Amino acid sequence: MRRMTSFNVVSLTLGFAFLYIPMLILIIYSFNESKLVTVWAGFSIKWYGELLQNEAFLDAAWVTVKVGFFSSTIATVLGTMAAFVLVRSGRFFGRTLFSGMIYAPLVMPEVITGLSLLLLFISLSVDRGVFTIVLAHATFSMCYVSVVVSSRMATFDQSLEEAAYDLGCTGWDAFKSVTLPIIAPAVISGWLLAFTLSLDDLVIASFTAGPSSTTLPIKIFSSVRLGVSPEINALSTIIIGLVTVGVIVASITSKRALVRRQQETV
Amino acid sequence: MSSATVEFSPWTDPDTTPLISFEGVTKRFGNFTAIDNINLNIYPREFFALLGPSGCGKTTLMRMLGGFEEATEGTITIDGQDMAGIPANKRAVNMMFQSYALFPHLTVADNIAFGLHRSPMPKSEIQGRVDEMLRLVQLQKFAKRKPHQISGGQRQRVALARALAKAPKLLLLDEPLGALDKKLRQETQFELMDIQETTGTTFVIVTHDQEEAMTVASRIAVMDNGLLKQVDTPDRIYETPNSVYVADFIGDVNIVTGTATTVDGDATQLTWAEGVAPIKGMTGAQVTQGEPASFVIRPEKVSINKSEPEASNKVQGQVLDIAYLGNMSTYHVELPNGQIIKSQTANNRRIARRDITWEDTVWLSWTETAGIVLRD
Ligand SMILES: Nc1ncnc2c1ncn2[C@@H]1O[C@H](COP(=O)(O)OP(=O)(O)OP(=O)(O)O)[C@@H](O)[C@H]1O
Ligand SMILES: [Mg+2]
Repeated sequence: MRRMTSFNVVSLTLGFAFLYIPMLILIIYSFNESKLVTVWAGFSIKWYGELLQNEAFLDAAWVTVKVGFFSSTIATVLGTMAAFVLVRSGRFFGRTLFSGMIYAPLVMPEVITGLSLLLLFISLSVDRGVFTIVLAHATFSMCYVSVVVSSRMATFDQSLEEAAYDLGCTGWDAFKSVTLPIIAPAVISGWLLAFTLSLDDLVIASFTAGPSSTTLPIKIFSSVRLGVSPEINALSTIIIGLVTVGVIVASITSKRALVRRQQETV
Repeated sequence: MSSATVEFSPWTDPDTTPLISFEGVTKRFGNFTAIDNINLNIYPREFFALLGPSGCGKTTLMRMLGGFEEATEGTITIDGQDMAGIPANKRAVNMMFQSYALFPHLTVADNIAFGLHRSPMPKSEIQGRVDEMLRLVQLQKFAKRKPHQISGGQRQRVALARALAKAPKLLLLDEPLGALDKKLRQETQFELMDIQETTGTTFVIVTHDQEEAMTVASRIAVMDNGLLKQVDTPDRIYETPNSVYVADFIGDVNIVTGTATTVDGDATQLTWAEGVAPIKGMTGAQVTQGEPASFVIRPEKVSINKSEPEASNKVQGQVLDIAYLGNMSTYHVELPNGQIIKSQTANNRRIARRDITWEDTVWLSWTETAGIVLRD
């Protein structure tokens, strides 16, 4: 490895400072004794205690987790199915259109996705609530899942499935006993991705949420408009902690899966 | 070639019912014809080899038997049953894939048990059957390993055990030994023949390697561009090819083109150059008098001498090249008209004692039945 020049050290420091100083300040102030966000008055974890007493935040957190769980599960099922069709069916009429349409939401402005879903729910006179957020999140995150899964499917050796049929499997059995276990790491990382996307979505959730179904991002955003409280800092610190753990776990599992695949494809 | 005490040749007996029969089978992909109107019977306990250049349709033919492709025209029957519309998982046929297609997430034992769990076999008997298969392919010690933890040759044996576990009526092997080195391949060929003999399964094997086909097969089908050129026993394919294509495809061969001047029963004479005696050979399939034809003869049937021999076919030429192959040598001899004829002889003397060398003028000779005249 080459030695770092002082220029490299400086630019690295600046870059990381730019990325992480805001979060660092947030984390430090979450341990602030004072109610004033900008004045340091000694170390305390009292805001974490208060957070646990705050019903509104806890409700919002629970809604967020529920929405994340169900929407990412639906997105994973649908996204995996879409990936299958895209990779497997070869050329069929409208294939290009279909694959384009699956990936389009990736680049669609969220405001537009949110608005169109809102209009849809209104025109169908569906009451907005957890159910509608779940549908909305599943809709936009399934394309991410299908991107992740189809990139794995593209390198999947189809003769493995044929071997399964040859040995007596029905289509579903072959999928369940051979294909799914092999592509599982991709499906799991698709699910994690969808879950993360759902957790931090504000725009689409605002459009599709009802009065009784506030998610955490919505809650944070609306309370911040009334002034930043140390409680929010505490909450954000917890979220940062969870996301960090999640990212580390995800990268370790995907690295392991990669190493295993390299071993298996000798 | 095979020296079994009781000749195994069900194809000569009109009373035997074939296990597999293709009747006018054609397979098209779009407007490309991969298999062209094939008629073929394969009999129980046969070791049937499909041979042909890349892209001639061997895999396609196999996949139609396995249930992975539907015939565009014609019928395929296995054990008297029309296979149209019957999916792969409903056929008493197992396939050993070219890539082995072992399930990477399962152990060797679980790979072998995979098909058994999906068969009517009671759960209590599965373990016993798996052990039996592991013994057959000598992999008992590796039962708990994953496919990526064993060698290429071992993986190939797992694939074989997995395909054999359900005791299929028919086992399809698509270039099963392609990935093995020569020594391991020869060992495995004999192992395959052994297994075939003990289990009584009918084998259909695809191979690129004609030596392999000659070694293992009861009969060989030589294919070209979706057509069956010849279906015969290895010795007949080698000794009496029915076309120049087959002769040229199998083994080394000399080809002399000319005109069939006299066709008299089994004997045909080929005029091939001015001022030299016509070549006398056997009459091949569909040779007609006065038509262009080719004389084909294997290099090992051509003798080479320094002095003029007593023989019904003899020509004089000059040694152009000598290829030393260890156990034999191949002499490339140029005739006065530029034609090159190869002669192969066993090296039963040390190289230093060889009396024929480059540029020598030599006599080539062969008997009347050593070569065959074939229609072009
Ligand atoms: N699914 C398919 N769609 C279109 N063409 C195909 C398909 N499968 C095979 N073919 C064509 O059919 C022909 C025969 O293919 P096949 O795989 O049977 O050849 P092969 O004899 O097994 O060759 P090799 O020895 O290289 O394995 C080839 O020209 C191939 O391109
Ligand atoms: Mg092939």
